[in-house]
Amino acid sequence: MATTERKDKTMSMKAAVAAFVHDGGTVCLEGFTHLVPTAAGHEIIRQGRRDLTVVRMTADIVVDQMIAAGCVSRLVSSFVGNSSAGSLGELRRRIETGEPAPLAFEEYSHYGMICRYLAGAQRLPFHPLRSYGGSDLPSVNSDLRKVTSPYPGPDGEPEQIYVVPPVNPDVTIIHAQRADLSGNTQIWGLTGIQAEAVYAADKAIVVVEEIVDDEVIRSDPNRTLVPAHAVDAVVVCPRGAHPSFAQGYYDRDNAFYRAWSHISKDPRRLQEWLAEWVLGTADHAEYVDKLGEQFWAGLAVGEALSRPVNYGRRL
Amino acid sequence: MTTTTTTTAPDTTTSSELLSVVASRELAARRTVFAGIGLPTLATELAHLTVAPEIEVVYESGVCGAHPSHLPETIADAVLITGAEAVLSMPALFGCVLQGGHIDVGFLGAAQIDRWGNLNTSVIGDWDSPSVRLPGSGGGIEVMANSREVFVVMRRHNPRSFAETLDFCTTPGPDRALAEGIRPLGAGVTRVITELGILARAGVGEELRLVAVHPGVTVEQVRAATGWDLKAAGTVGTVPPPTEAELRLLREDVDPDRVYLR
Repeated sequence: MATTERKDKTMSMKAAVAAFVHDGGTVCLEGFTHLVPTAAGHEIIRQGRRDLTVVRMTADIVVDQMIAAGCVSRLVSSFVGNSSAGSLGELRRRIETGEPAPLAFEEYSHYGMICRYLAGAQRLPFHPLRSYGGSDLPSVNSDLRKVTSPYPGPDGEPEQIYVVPPVNPDVTIIHAQRADLSGNTQIWGLTGIQAEAVYAADKAIVVVEEIVDDEVIRSDPNRTLVPAHAVDAVVVCPRGAHPSFAQGYYDRDNAFYRAWSHISKDPRRLQEWLAEWVLGTADHAEYVDKLGEQFWAGLAVGEALSRPVNYGRRL
Repeated sequence: MTTTTTTTAPDTTTSSELLSVVASRELAARRTVFAGIGLPTLATELAHLTVAPEIEVVYESGVCGAHPSHLPETIADAVLITGAEAVLSMPALFGCVLQGGHIDVGFLGAAQIDRWGNLNTSVIGDWDSPSVRLPGSGGGIEVMANSREVFVVMRRHNPRSFAETLDFCTTPGPDRALAEGIRPLGAGVTRVITELGILARAGVGEELRLVAVHPGVTVEQVRAATGWDLKAAGTVGTVPPPTEAELRLLREDVDPDRVYLR
């Protein structure tokens, strides 16, 4: 059988962000609490990107940090909170007081964002959903619009339904457990909206805990959430999802989530944190070293292996 | 479970214990519950051990049939995934499970609730320049629109939270949706559980009414703590205090490390 030589798409984080994230662009960062692409957000801060539109369902710590670093002018999101651990200080300051600069905010619900990704990935003009009827959100977000279904409703009468527009980011960045050199990306545990977010974008960067041989990927093709054809860059960045987690690799740093509410509440303390941990580190490897092995031992996880399945082979 | 009629002295029961126990009882005979982390976790876990052994919790992160080794700290805690019966993608969870109509009871919280069970989780003040920016909908709008019924647990019962007029309606109940010509699947909020008592409504066209108070709480006290002219049911019952058995399960089996119990 013919074998095709696959392109090696591995790049450094520095090179990937430089190549695909541009001032004024729309950047989608996805990962629903699990596999949050934090290291990529930090590199965007280091490279001083400006005027970005950030698209992310759960805008959390990394978004607060990017806003505080002056990278973000517009946010499209369905949840702007620090998980259940408190507040995002910078985001709240910008929205509540407009200081030090205002932040434009497009507010959605989770399924509204999901439908935007679905429409974007499929290049559809809109996606319908049974949400928003009676909500005040359409009065502050003119992209939430109502149409009449071309088909009669269950009662035979015309049916009204809300729709959301597609989102097509310039680049989507996700974090994953592993990929091969060409970008066949495997994720397990919470898989969120990563695949749809990648297909919605013009370009996609996949950040992984580790690169594995083609044979490892091909031994379990159902686990490949994003195939190589949708990926433009593969970045190896172990522990790049901290303070979120990577199922089977390291646990969530709940203490840091709680600490962020305090750090971000004081603008000076927040800027000092950025100066020390992001701008003061050359790359994520240095950030990881700075945290220290003892720290990482505290987030270590034990083994819980899945049982292999038999894909079978022609005899 | 063996229920005992013996009650614990009220002053040893904390507010989170009280709310969790009362919410757990309301889950009797309910099968599929969409729950966040915190009091709903405690209520559903306790219900599983008492009134609803068949209960299945669906988490907003996509986990169904979790068998966690430890009490989860977030809806996406790794312990929910390891050993779970299923983990779904976001389109499957929100599109097929929720909008497809598979959820019996959704748990929601809010900064403000009104008499129709409409919820505000977006802002205090004007949306454009709020005095407090809150996290927003998350999946709340979808949980309300698509669950058969919704339970709300409110830690604070005061006129600011139980508002005559919401500062902003993030999550509308079915009455507001119908006024706009959109028919939601569910009944909206059917139970509101607070430190003072239980408010209830059956569905479309009904206001929340006071149906029960905790021992020592008067109807007038609840009406004074509510921002609208709260109507009481013909007979307002008294909520039986948490039993020793319920409290023991909650303290020793459900949350021994007191992650959520305060």
